Amino acid sequence: MQLPILSAIVFLPIVAGAVLLFLPPKNHRLIYRVALAVGLIAFLLSLVVYFSFDASGPRYQFEEQYNWLPALGISYHVAVDGITAPLVLLTGVVIFTGVIISQRIDDRPREFFAFLFILASGVFGVFVALDMFALFFFYEIAVFPMYLLIALWGWKQTREYAAMKLTLYLFIGSLIALVGALAMYFASGLGTFDMVALEGANFPAGFQNFWFPFVFFGFAVLGGIFPFHNWSPDGHVAAPTAVSMFHAGVLMKLGAFAALRVGIMLMPIGAQTHLPWIILLTLVNVVYGAFIAMVQTDFKYMIGFSSVSHMGLVAMGFATLNYNGFLGAGVQMVSHGVMTALFFAVVGMVYDQAHTREIPKLGGLVKVMPFAAVAFIIGGLVSMGMPGFSGFIAEFPIFMGLWSGGYPLIAIIAAISIAVTAAYILRAVSRVFFGEIPAELEGHMHDIRPSEKLALGVLCVIMVTIGIYPNIILPMVQAGTNAVLALLGGA
Amino acid sequence: MFGSITADMLVAILPEIALLVVVLVVFVTELLLPERRRGALAWITAGGLGLTLALTVLFARPGAEGELLWGGMLRHDWLAFIFKIIFLVSALITTLLSVGWEAVWRKGEYYVLLLTSTLGMTLMAASGDLIMLFLAIETTSIPLYIMAGFITGDDKSTESGFKYLLFGAVTTGVMLYGLSLLYGFAGTTNLYDMAAGLAAAQIPGPVLVGTLFLILLGFGFKVALVPLHFWAPDVYEGAPTPVTAFLSTASKAAGFAVLTRVMLAAFPSILADWQAIVAVAAALSMTLGNVVALTQRNIKRLLAYSSIAHAGYALLGVAAASELGVISVVYYFLAYTATQLAAFAVVIIVWHKVGSDEIDDYAGLSRRSPLLALAMLLSFLSLAGVPPLGGFIAKILVFAAAVDAGLVWLAFLGVLNSIVGLYYYLIVLKVVYLSPPKDEKPVPVMRTHGAALLVSVLLVLVLGIVLAPWYAWAQASAASLF
Repeated sequence: MQLPILSAIVFLPIVAGAVLLFLPPKNHRLIYRVALAVGLIAFLLSLVVYFSFDASGPRYQFEEQYNWLPALGISYHVAVDGITAPLVLLTGVVIFTGVIISQRIDDRPREFFAFLFILASGVFGVFVALDMFALFFFYEIAVFPMYLLIALWGWKQTREYAAMKLTLYLFIGSLIALVGALAMYFASGLGTFDMVALEGANFPAGFQNFWFPFVFFGFAVLGGIFPFHNWSPDGHVAAPTAVSMFHAGVLMKLGAFAALRVGIMLMPIGAQTHLPWIILLTLVNVVYGAFIAMVQTDFKYMIGFSSVSHMGLVAMGFATLNYNGFLGAGVQMVSHGVMTALFFAVVGMVYDQAHTREIPKLGGLVKVMPFAAVAFIIGGLVSMGMPGFSGFIAEFPIFMGLWSGGYPLIAIIAAISIAVTAAYILRAVSRVFFGEIPAELEGHMHDIRPSEKLALGVLCVIMVTIGIYPNIILPMVQAGTNAVLALLGGA
Repeated sequence: MFGSITADMLVAILPEIALLVVVLVVFVTELLLPERRRGALAWITAGGLGLTLALTVLFARPGAEGELLWGGMLRHDWLAFIFKIIFLVSALITTLLSVGWEAVWRKGEYYVLLLTSTLGMTLMAASGDLIMLFLAIETTSIPLYIMAGFITGDDKSTESGFKYLLFGAVTTGVMLYGLSLLYGFAGTTNLYDMAAGLAAAQIPGPVLVGTLFLILLGFGFKVALVPLHFWAPDVYEGAPTPVTAFLSTASKAAGFAVLTRVMLAAFPSILADWQAIVAVAAALSMTLGNVVALTQRNIKRLLAYSSIAHAGYALLGVAAASELGVISVVYYFLAYTATQLAAFAVVIIVWHKVGSDEIDDYAGLSRRSPLLALAMLLSFLSLAGVPPLGGFIAKILVFAAAVDAGLVWLAFLGVLNSIVGLYYYLIVLKVVYLSPPKDEKPVPVMRTHGAALLVSVLLVLVLGIVLAPWYAWAQASAASLF
């Protein structure tokens, strides 16, 4: 009898969230400590899953299955594979560091952490679900707390607008995908929502070609795909720091992953029909995102658009439909998740003290917060795809996949975006962290707290470790990729 | 006419007998109690309803196959059984929510009307004959007209009762005309001989469709479908809020029980036509209900329009005309009733403190009473169809039924409407969570109201998380119709 570790990971946060709601509201210290303990346990559990995943073992590990609604073939069926095990770890890292960063939330912190944990449970649930119904169930649990988190604790100027826009975009996407999923359920004739079974359904080509775009775009909205990316920078900017970290770091992966899991893996013929033109959209994501990021003067908007650009690379990797593309996309999801969580954490720290995010109004921060500056620079190097950091391990295979997949031109154009990325990252680094501290900020700025250093440290360690020792992640993602390719080959 | 009365026949009407006893008890007790102690009537009613519910669940369970009893007047089957449970739960919670509502809660006749109306609904859900059906609908409706206009000194309540009565009388008249035509065509009043009778008489399709229109006018009024929804917002707004809660849950559910049964039993010959009519009505109700709800400033009117939209969603299940369709309708009403009662419980609790139903007066509720705000969050998110709440499962099931029946366009329309719905539910929640409170004092919650709210919210959660048992109920109901 194996311990139900995945269920523990999925339900720990939501149960903790429910418990938090009944703690005394004024005792902020107690609330933070409980939240921190839960975040730490979730992180440790995700580490256990990651490091006990056997890349040469069976495709699905830590499998659990219980009947939920047998009359419709719905079960609570969870497991991790080589692609999702790293994503579970990513979620664990971001929830833990996100809680640390949120220590100074002083407006209704118990509701804040409760909603954050409900969100975390939803995210974990989507990554481990093998049942399509369970996937939707958790997907929507992951989406709706965003509204409250952004609207209540976000940046006062745009929070209501951004929260509503984000929620409506994501819900409409998920519901459209849901109709597609229901169509698959009935067309398969198998009477089950189990995705492992549906992989063998062999839907007719016409069916797949019709329904694939609904399912793929329905989810890819959350992955920030052009032209449905519009909610994302607004949402990132309006959200409080921990939520931006979660949102860009994890939630967008949720969209990309679900588009892969339900769209590409269940309808491989549809994927082969449509992805060659969808790849152009992802190219727009990559290039346009990078250029828009370059012209931003708001630090947080810059990071927000850089997420659009980098998530484009993930979708592009999937769209190549070949080994290298999938491999790179799989690693990129983790690499970008960690990197962008770090970016938003640093931006939040700067804004907390400087009360401005205008890049021209900042400067010289390396003198007061050297640790944060170094962490940001490491994140920047990852973002530029510098060898020795995780970004290189992720982006290089994507470009290889593009080239070998018959898209050399796209590979070249996308690679140019790396140069643009380097330009805006280096500009931000030089303006914000180097030079002189502006007079109006003189004396207001101080170093970040030790707990925040710990959070940034954890994120940096992951990016550097993957960069210099890629074998810590590659065999796992390779195993996952091979399983996906087997489905495509069978098509 | 019935031959000898058997145990089966008595079991089938056990809930009705019990309700009648409670009515008599309330009636007599009122005479015995001095006026200032008549609040006890609420407890007697609640106790009686609880007992009836227990008796029904324990002893009145039908067999897997439905049977026609009492000379074909009533059908004892799972559909009737489940809907009876819905009515009884709704009446019970309404009673609890009525406690403390000055204009109604010390009046014996209020409870008598409530119980009589519930009695009518239980008969509606079970009727297998046009005569019985009509009598049951009237037994349900007439007490509701009076209840809506119960506060005679209040203009809005009077308007509410009068409007409901007038619209109700007209549509019922038209429906009765349709029913009599149907009897004339088929030569029988029994619903289950109707199809054969109509086939034998070789009634041309268009004539039958015309008759169906007349009948649907009556049903559509009861469940407030567009374009027969005009009464709902005004009546909901003007009626005492506990009555509104009852109207928007039990009364609507009763209408759907009848609609589902009659359409499937009597009109198989014009299946495609009535499917199309119902699909269009569903599309209109969803869209109009949601769009108009966007502009509402009063929470009762908002919930009225939202309930019009919800009738539209549930109608997707009817339009599917399949076993899954009926399952989805039954599940929809289990979830919707619990959700709507929870929402109205909050509305009533807040009204007792602030004396208003304006959405602006909910500002900052989360700072004043965090748990009350949480209950409101859960009920509104369930209305919006967010997991892990009952409304999510209900919505997925009706969409599934629509997709299964090939009504993909309707499912997509439903999806778009859900987004509109989500928008205005979130706007209300924004006021609750984000707007600064006008008054920092917590909202006091009476114990009875708190209990009613807690039960409803727990039901919403249970319906959204534990699926198999309720689905099995819904499945049994559907099986009894096919």
